Amino acid sequence: MFDALTPAEWDAIHLSIRIATVAMIGSLPFGIAVAYLLGRGRFPGRTLVDGIVHLPLVMPPVVTGYLLLLLCGRRGPIGIFLEDTFGIVLAFRWTGAAVACAIMGFPLMVRAMRLSLEAIDTRLESAASTLGASRIAVFATITLPLMLPGILAGMVLSFARALGEFGATITFVGNIPGETQTIPTAIYTYTQVPGGDLGALRLTAISIVISLAALIISDVMARRMTRRMLGA
Amino acid sequence: MSIVIDVEKKVSDGFGLTASFESSGRVTALFGRSGAGKSTLVNIIAGLLRPDRGRIEIDGEALFDSARRIDVPVHRRRVGYVFQDGRLFPHMTVRGNLLYGRRFTPANSRWGSLDEVVDLLGIAALLDRRPAGLSGGEKQRVAIGRALLASPRLLLMDEPLAALDQERKGEILPFVERLRDRMQLPIVYVSHAVDEVSRIADTVVLMEDGRVSAIGSVNDVLGSRIENLAEAGEAGVVVTAEIVESDRAAGVTRLQHPAGRLSVPYTDAPVGASVRVRIRARDVSLSVGEPGRISIRNRLAATVVGLSGGASHAVSVHLDIAGDPLIANVTRDAIRDLDLKLGSPVVALIKSAAFDPLSIGGGRPAGPGSR
Repeated sequence: MFDALTPAEWDAIHLSIRIATVAMIGSLPFGIAVAYLLGRGRFPGRTLVDGIVHLPLVMPPVVTGYLLLLLCGRRGPIGIFLEDTFGIVLAFRWTGAAVACAIMGFPLMVRAMRLSLEAIDTRLESAASTLGASRIAVFATITLPLMLPGILAGMVLSFARALGEFGATITFVGNIPGETQTIPTAIYTYTQVPGGDLGALRLTAISIVISLAALIISDVMARRMTRRMLGA
Repeated sequence: MSIVIDVEKKVSDGFGLTASFESSGRVTALFGRSGAGKSTLVNIIAGLLRPDRGRIEIDGEALFDSARRIDVPVHRRRVGYVFQDGRLFPHMTVRGNLLYGRRFTPANSRWGSLDEVVDLLGIAALLDRRPAGLSGGEKQRVAIGRALLASPRLLLMDEPLAALDQERKGEILPFVERLRDRMQLPIVYVSHAVDEVSRIADTVVLMEDGRVSAIGSVNDVLGSRIENLAEAGEAGVVVTAEIVESDRAAGVTRLQHPAGRLSVPYTDAPVGASVRVRIRARDVSLSVGEPGRISIRNRLAATVVGLSGGASHAVSVHLDIAGDPLIANVTRDAIRDLDLKLGSPVVALIKSAAFDPLSIGGGRPAGPGSR
């Protein structure tokens, strides 16, 4: 079956994985920071920040993609700034797809991390501070390690969301084979042409395999973490 | 070694804490019912809670002083804290827990070593295990070791035995005594248990409703002056005596006190060691002249030095036993029948079975303030 994949299909698989991985890793530090801010921070406007973070979850993906196009397209304010200052172009590039996927997966990532953060007994953190650990040291040695299961879950959710992302991606960066065409947009293209069913099925099967593999890997890692924590 | 506390904090609308005392005892017990403000005060000393105003000093160095705008952050106070619930870090081994505070302590302020502390607490076999697999008593010993290895200048222990059953308490108390006797480390020990306090404290700070209502030696504070203790039948004194004979099989240890011999439940300390024994006022009977044939083994020669009693039918008779205080609760009728007056010589009788095994232990005299 793999011999039967066309170069364009290989490109789509390769791009999908690359975009999802970059989106997941790129949004990780922001995810942890925002989860900590929302989970522990007490500041005015917290509800507003919470709402903005969750917006991509409830808005139609096409709306998110269109907003990205307006803001980060070649004539958008952020797009012009990025191009002039760093020479980075997002519109109709795979990097733009990664940004779109990161934003779409962000609420899921933050939610998972925040749940595990809120499950941490803060009394462990005060115990650490009486032992001489500064706030940063407490975060690095107690909070972050205890958050790990949630961080892992957040990464998996973000990766999975990126693999399935369609609306925001196609609106913001289009569906250019070899540059921005991912598995979902490639399947969509197949369904639009006569005789494309076989190709669509092949990509569907690949998509299921990748998703299952991601789930199994994260499950094994989570179990190993729990076992270490409980100490056999 | 001295601590100065003078703090005020409003906790809620109905409750505030006002505490002011100084102590140079090796073990200062904060004693009182739950809700009296003991834990709040300990959290303030540790820096986990900020008082509204006041002053906290250890050996003349201010940790907090609202007048001078000093508020040393928790992690720089070097005040060790043993929590009621252990609070071991679940993602580290016992060794990782023990050494946690070490890396944050400047090298020139460190004292004690891992080996020393492991030996003191008897936890060598646990080093590579995870906290989740430890028993309550083991967890608490590791928690004590973890606090010690951060090289604190003061150790706070907030009801460290409260979550343990009787047997485990008896297992941990000797370690706390060793800590007191071997380390040059002042300890603030929070408890609502008379037996623990009388066994390990030199200075007792009695707290009631967010205020310090008495401070003094164990015998001063845990004597009959405290009404609620008298009501609960827990009033009593601590007497120090020397072990002259120990019989594990019979379960008896015999002690020599200048006023007479005492048989108490078996204790591990060696012959020749002096131990503390707590004697409750309600367990002491009085006889004028030697009693006839009687089952009670413990007879101490005593002199009546005071009589006090409220409205109840019982009277607290304050006695002098070769220089130590002793209190006996007897009825008004008995006082009249025996014609007890100040200066009357009597024999104090104490049933061996009345001694609470948990309250026996020590190895050193009751400390400053004891007579």
